[in-house]
Amino acid sequence: MGLGAKPGGQEQKGREDASALVKWARNNRRALTSTLFLIVMLMGFTMANPEVFSQFKTYRSVMIALPVSMFLVVPLVFVVTAGEIDLSFPSVVGLSSYAFVSIVDQGGEPLLGIVVAIIVGAALGYVNGLLVVRIGLSALVATLGMNFFLRGFINILVEGFSIAIPEIRGAFIHSLMTDDPIKIVDHLGIPNQMLWALAFTALGVFLYNRHSFGVRVHCVGDNPESAAEMGINVDRTRILVFVFTGIGAALAGVFSVMINFVWWPTTGDGLLLPVLAGLFVGGTPTWGGIGTVFGGAIGTSIVAFIETGVIAAGLTGFFTQFFYGLIIILSLIFQRFNGGRVR
Amino acid sequence: MKNDYIIELRDVTKSFGNVKAVDGISFGVSPGEVVGLIGDNGAGKSTLIKILSGVHQPDSGQIIVRGREVRNWNAARSRDAGIETVYQDRALAPQQTITRNIFMGREIKDRFGIIKVRKQYEEANRLMREIGFTSKVFDPDSPVATLSGGERQGVAIARALYFDADLIVLDEPTTALSLVETAKVFGFIENVRARGRSIIFIGHNIYHVFDVADRFVVLDRGKVVMTEDRVNIPAAEVLIKHMQQIAEMSHADASAVDA
Repeated sequence: MGLGAKPGGQEQKGREDASALVKWARNNRRALTSTLFLIVMLMGFTMANPEVFSQFKTYRSVMIALPVSMFLVVPLVFVVTAGEIDLSFPSVVGLSSYAFVSIVDQGGEPLLGIVVAIIVGAALGYVNGLLVVRIGLSALVATLGMNFFLRGFINILVEGFSIAIPEIRGAFIHSLMTDDPIKIVDHLGIPNQMLWALAFTALGVFLYNRHSFGVRVHCVGDNPESAAEMGINVDRTRILVFVFTGIGAALAGVFSVMINFVWWPTTGDGLLLPVLAGLFVGGTPTWGGIGTVFGGAIGTSIVAFIETGVIAAGLTGFFTQFFYGLIIILSLIFQRFNGGRVR
Repeated sequence: MKNDYIIELRDVTKSFGNVKAVDGISFGVSPGEVVGLIGDNGAGKSTLIKILSGVHQPDSGQIIVRGREVRNWNAARSRDAGIETVYQDRALAPQQTITRNIFMGREIKDRFGIIKVRKQYEEANRLMREIGFTSKVFDPDSPVATLSGGERQGVAIARALYFDADLIVLDEPTTALSLVETAKVFGFIENVRARGRSIIFIGHNIYHVFDVADRFVVLDRGKVVMTEDRVNIPAAEVLIKHMQQIAEMSHADASAVDA
């Protein structure tokens, strides 16, 4: 009993308030770990090259392409939490953005292109879901197969040709979504796509923690038998996480083309490993049932800053992969302190 | 035939491959009664429970809820019908919080699916006190994995309490519990009965079942082989004797088939 302790509930309530911060930290320890890791890493880079890392434009340049990864990592956290995996997203990015770019290239309305891309992405995600949930294939193998299959389909479709859409520059939707800042508000020179990606992450965080969909994803990944016994439609929940990933991949694809003004047959290809690395570095464990959307966004930022940091530190590009590996393993070791799987 | 059954099964069957786990069972539960469902391993108790709770769909037969036949029976419908099942495995998600586990599958939410987190937390807190969780070590935000077996059972029972079920199915509720915890479960059953709700109690320990049940239903190899009111059975030993006879009979049958 402390000094001046009041009897009954009053005193107990005071104790609860005092521990609220501790409780919050405990509940968000995985995301906090990756955030701390990002800060320490950036401090390290700043010490290695103060000139580059004290300039805002360094951060701005990373924020140009980073949003593409963020649109992918947010739904992927749901997939991994549900106890599944989706390795087909690079090709879903490619095929859904092909739908977008074809419509714009033929003079179609960009907004229509975006809607069609999202429908394509959602449909491909649904197919993934059917393969895994209804036919019962392993998610790892089925989505890996889909990744090859869809990329092959793209190659057959376009025979190696890329599509440029320079005409999109100046379109209202383009300046709303990407780099050209609309001068309505001064948003500190942060590229618009970054603001959209942050909004998408915030939506993901809300959906994951506060919406019944996200909560059911947790339960299904934690113990599917229990979830079924409690009346959760386990199959539908699992299919929906794949559909969500398809939608995220479509948005990532549209932003990628908007940023580059070009669609390549390889669009999305290079994203597989950095995005997955970001997901796990961010603090979502591999076993399902728990995870962190915010951490996922932080994790992709860690991965995105590695290359810039390595070059700025005066090392050659040959060191990039070496540091990718080093930083991924280091951050996973730190996440290990947050505990293993509990049953 | 009584028509005030909360739920009634008529000639229900369920097979897994060649095994007829439930073979033409008809059975109903009246309001306020405690039914003791007993039978040896493999008698079909678990399958019958999972049909009642909607986890399994019967191959044939009817499910009648309050006099009305229900089609496309599933776990969500069963819970909507006021049936809460406390499974032997507790049906918990151990990495999730106590609150999340209590409201699993039936969250308190608005029409957009947004969960009322504050309300769920408060209700979970109230329920935890109601079932006698006084530990300062955990609160409604603690993961279920930090709880003991009896405390986990408490979380599973808290669900049934919160949703104020008309029928609570307790599948082996005293397995792996300490004496104190077992006494708590019996206290809970008395409470539920006093409020006019019904219970199906499944147990291996016939003394436990005998102490609480108003009526006994004995299963053997997927069939109901005996239904008897408690008042007609003078002592648990008599019931055990019946059970032994049934076991011997089925043993004799099995030998006959083998020969």
